[in-house]
Amino acid sequence: MTLDEILSSLFPTGHGIKPRPNHLILGTGKRVDGGTVEVVGIADGEALGIEGVLPLAGRVLDIVATGSKAPILVIVDTQGQLMSRRDEMLGLNEYLAHLAKCLLLASRSGHPTVGLNYGKAVAGAFLATALATDILVALPDAEPSVMDLPSMARVTKLPEDKLKELSQTSPVFAPGLVFMKAVGAVAQVWDPAKPLADQFEATLAVVPARDTRDALGAERGGRPIAAQIARRVAHQASGGDDV
Amino acid sequence: MSNTKHSAADATSWFLSTARERLARLLDPGSFTEFLTPTERVQSPHLALFDLPAAFDDGMIVGRGRLETRNVLVAAQEGQFMGGTFAEVSGAKLVGLLRAARDDARLPRIVLLLLDSGGVRLQEANAGELAVAEVMRAIVEARSSGVTVIALIGGRAGAFGGAGLTAATCSRIVISEQGRTGVSGPEVIETNKGVEEFDSRDKALVWSVTGGRTRRLIGGADAYAEDTVAGFRDAVLALISHAPSVDLAMLRAEHTRLAGRAERLGACNSALEMWAQLGIAEPRAVRDMDDAAFAAIVTGLTGADHDAR
Repeated sequence: MTLDEILSSLFPTGHGIKPRPNHLILGTGKRVDGGTVEVVGIADGEALGIEGVLPLAGRVLDIVATGSKAPILVIVDTQGQLMSRRDEMLGLNEYLAHLAKCLLLASRSGHPTVGLNYGKAVAGAFLATALATDILVALPDAEPSVMDLPSMARVTKLPEDKLKELSQTSPVFAPGLVFMKAVGAVAQVWDPAKPLADQFEATLAVVPARDTRDALGAERGGRPIAAQIARRVAHQASGGDDV
Repeated sequence: MSNTKHSAADATSWFLSTARERLARLLDPGSFTEFLTPTERVQSPHLALFDLPAAFDDGMIVGRGRLETRNVLVAAQEGQFMGGTFAEVSGAKLVGLLRAARDDARLPRIVLLLLDSGGVRLQEANAGELAVAEVMRAIVEARSSGVTVIALIGGRAGAFGGAGLTAATCSRIVISEQGRTGVSGPEVIETNKGVEEFDSRDKALVWSVTGGRTRRLIGGADAYAEDTVAGFRDAVLALISHAPSVDLAMLRAEHTRLAGRAERLGACNSALEMWAQLGIAEPRAVRDMDDAAFAAIVTGLTGADHDAR
């Protein structure tokens, strides 16, 4: 689905989200009950650098400052963090973390936050946006990843064919929606043939109050032991015997 | 410094130490208690797929101890095992520690993260990426519950990728001259964008872009530590009594700080230009001056000290 198709299906009664030259998504949409949805995001596979982070984070802080409880939808199609010596020199890690913190503050302040991945969502830009929400959903053609397979082959010094073969038996490393769903990063995959507005309402109804992604990964088998290990550490820290 | 005597080990290099050495020497002697010890053999279930050896701590050591008699929770990454990377097990151990701090008010209200990590472990990329997301969320939640989380950066692997974002989510960052932090490492940028964009073999360039001194000068780190165990301990102790909380006012202040930095320094083509722009009289001298002289330069520099993190 294109961004325009997504927005039309999400907000059949209209929205105020205009295409912008900087590929950022900023605006509001209307829910079926007439309520407001705040929309932020990044489109067209654009890399997320300092110039993209600042308007997005600023918008999220303005939303929090209104004191409303409007849901925030974070729509993401990004090839990853901007790879640039300049942005690194200015401390891109602080900017990306700032955006994540703003989204996490919003959810703590009563705004349910929903991530929607429709194209790419990669590495540091993924962490700063879609992975900093209460619940992440995706459309079937989404391609969330940490690194593409050819680059991964280069870094791990394993042949790409071997990695492809391994991805058949383990969802833990290979790029793609099926695998990101299996580890618990993506909670739901929406059906583009049905109205997204209804699916958005259904997702809003099940936004978890706590981070349940490790439990989801265990249930789906993609991240078999993370939840259990986090629990064991917390239990031992609190003075209990191992569980 | 006070009533707990540390040994000559105080002078050992942080950069050259292992994660376990750093913990043993940083904390009061004998005070460290580990959670999920190596005897429990909690190791990566995935590395065998790649014919890679696993470690009984997966390169992440978590526990509690005392720092000059103060109770602290600690986590340390072993940069020499798989680059200190976030993976299913190593990430979950840190998540568990942070969630314990968040949920159990009887636990120490200070968490020290001894970061030494290139980021996400590619052999467990999806699990590692998600673990970083969980860590960042748990840090924000713990800070909101009154916990101070301090990142210490001075190991061989630095703090890149997810570790760079994790550091910047903490209440405070301590860094040494050898400490490096960022998102994409120089090699990754060179591979993707070409040597003209970033020559990763130019060590002086790499250091000037990602190294501890420039991070401290632009306010990307809150304290500068000498590369010794005592150096890091003293820097942490100086920061420990006061830390910013995560709320709208703080994040607005961080926004102003980061937007201001981009505006003020965004046109600079090199770290030297940035340092000159910051008002440093002899930017070329920054690289070779000793730690004391560097500390003197930082004092009074606008933007280096702040509560906006």
